[in-house]
Amino acid sequence: MSEVDPLLIDATTKIFEDLSDPQTLNSATTDDWRSALWSALEESGLTLAWVPADNGGSGASLADGFSILELSGKFAVPIPLGETLLAGWLLSRSNLECPSGMMTVAPTRPRDKIQMTEDNRLEGEAFGIPFANVAENVVVLAHKDEVPHIALVSGKDCIIKSNPGLSGDGRDTITFSNTTPIKIAPAPESFSGQEFCIMGATIRSMQISGALQSILKLATDYAQERVAFEKQISKFQAVQHNLAKLASETAVAIAAAGSAMDTINTATQYNELVFFEATSAKIRTGEAVGEATAIAHQVHGAIGFTEEHILHRYTQRLWDWRDDFGSESEWAVELGEMVAERGADELWPLLTAR
Amino acid sequence: MSQAIQFDPIRLPREAEELRLEVRDFLAEEIADGGFDPHRTIMKSGFDREFSKRVGARGWIGMTWPKKYGGHERSFLERYVVTEEFRSQNAPVTSHFTADRQSGPVLLKYAEEHIKEDILPKITAGECCFCIGLSEPNSGSDLFAASTKATRTEGGYLINGTKLWTSNAHQAEYMIGLFRTSPPTKENRRHGLTQFLVNLKQPGITINPVRNMAGKHDFNEVLFEDLFIPDDHLLGEVDSAWKQATSELAYERSGPERFLETFYVLPELVRVIGQKPDARAAEGIGRLVAQLHTLRRMSVSVNGMLQAGKEPVIEGSIVKDVGTIWEQNLPAKARDLAAFVDDTPSNRSNFDELLQYATNIAPKLTIQGGTTEVLRGIIARGLGLR
Repeated sequence: MSEVDPLLIDATTKIFEDLSDPQTLNSATTDDWRSALWSALEESGLTLAWVPADNGGSGASLADGFSILELSGKFAVPIPLGETLLAGWLLSRSNLECPSGMMTVAPTRPRDKIQMTEDNRLEGEAFGIPFANVAENVVVLAHKDEVPHIALVSGKDCIIKSNPGLSGDGRDTITFSNTTPIKIAPAPESFSGQEFCIMGATIRSMQISGALQSILKLATDYAQERVAFEKQISKFQAVQHNLAKLASETAVAIAAAGSAMDTINTATQYNELVFFEATSAKIRTGEAVGEATAIAHQVHGAIGFTEEHILHRYTQRLWDWRDDFGSESEWAVELGEMVAERGADELWPLLTAR
Repeated sequence: MSQAIQFDPIRLPREAEELRLEVRDFLAEEIADGGFDPHRTIMKSGFDREFSKRVGARGWIGMTWPKKYGGHERSFLERYVVTEEFRSQNAPVTSHFTADRQSGPVLLKYAEEHIKEDILPKITAGECCFCIGLSEPNSGSDLFAASTKATRTEGGYLINGTKLWTSNAHQAEYMIGLFRTSPPTKENRRHGLTQFLVNLKQPGITINPVRNMAGKHDFNEVLFEDLFIPDDHLLGEVDSAWKQATSELAYERSGPERFLETFYVLPELVRVIGQKPDARAAEGIGRLVAQLHTLRRMSVSVNGMLQAGKEPVIEGSIVKDVGTIWEQNLPAKARDLAAFVDDTPSNRSNFDELLQYATNIAPKLTIQGGTTEVLRGIIARGLGLR
């Protein structure tokens, strides 16, 4: 089982409590919180958690990084921390130096492909890119004659078409047209584009797990405060059963994401088991989002539908996250094809491989 | 919330994985030798005393119990592997499974020494079947409404009343019964019930079959008329059975049998869909497999946490709630996904036969061993709502 450094978790929790409190951010009238939060994370080395110490990062384990991201989900942190961690991981795997500042990654949809020309220019479109507008740099997975490369591109050199997404964090379209990267390197041998998407998907599974834990708490607390028909609504069996279902879906997400994270953390290389664990987690956490957000809103009633209440800071991000790096449907088709290809008699061995 | 929900990402230890290979070899040999037919046992009773004896001889009943009672002092995770491998092949475990899972552990904890020495080795040898005497005509989910009476008499108790929905009572040697020794009190409606060990092979007991809608005889009605139970068959404290349900319930709720009861439909679905599914079928299978995988991880996690001495009570209830709903929905989803598979007999006759059976038994899955409604109440209590 993967061990996580408790001191790191405490320190990160403190930063999020102080600088990314959902209620404070919800009522903020300026964006000043963003640079304050980012600086604090950067100073603690959290933004380069997955960059080895030799390359100027903090060299945390994958498990540590994933746990930080679960925490960021618990606070609905509206900055590209997961994207920057993933960008740093990608650059380091290709022995490229990692810049400071916010980064995002492209593409974030399994079907999008960026091409690299003979003279190392980028061509293509990537849809649904989170935080493209605030990221200083974009780390791009591009293919040159089917060979994957990792490129670092300045945000200024990208053509960005803004789309706020559901949460307002941005799910932008980046167009690369004869774009010159700052740096470029072939991806390490054995690296596949799928592995990149699988890492992104697992980041999202962890964030979803974190955010679901928070909306469960919000909904159970609220149900015990709110009085209707002369009693706390938590005393109504219909509400209790809804909350029990919300707890179950949250439990599913915790287990699914935790297992995928642990598998990646302990795997020596990308393989079929990593694919199986990570896609299962993204499918199942994505399904949990649908059921859980519906219940959380139902329990909150009208107040949860207001801008003033923080519930939407979680639910809208949850809806964005389930689309990133492959939705339930996309991964389910791939997983289903793999299961069918292996055949009926290989299903049980796959399920019990660990 | 009283405590955060926890699912440690627990992996089965090496000794459990080594055991898995032994179990697979054993099952393959059994099937090859005609010991049981993995497809036919589903539709039969699953009661096979000779099979249970062979399992007992391998040391796979009472695996976690002390050696002095015929047990093997192995871990709960090793037992887990045996349970899930047997389920996946539909092995006929009915004769020993109830005793292995819950009756034996109750005896270990509450029975007198000479009873443990007498009965536990018979269970581990596969020679002894138990049934559970909880439900009554007017007491199902509401366990504490049980009214079958145990009246004090010289040297023991006289039992009068009726137990209902008692699976396998007609084949079992013993029952662990819950009987009323005192009326409930105003302060505690759970007060007044006591657990007893009941030898079913004696006068004073009438067992009548109750066939279920799938055409099977599992259920029974068990009538007690002045049945004498000696004092030394008392299990635990008089009037206080309600205190005796502890963390063992989490084992009972979180095992692989709580989501694998209709599993046989899934590989057959994969078989009839074929190696090149269209997007619709692939997505459907992908989702089912992802859901099942996650359930198994949750279940392994709860068992691992129990083995480590934690008390994942709410987590255990969640596994049963999510698991039984999943196994209940599986036949309906398989039916949808196979809708466009050609129905030439060779293609799907086996699938159809299994699907039919699974569809017929699906309604019971969210009722047996604690209904969905009861489980959600327990989860809600864990959340601090009641």
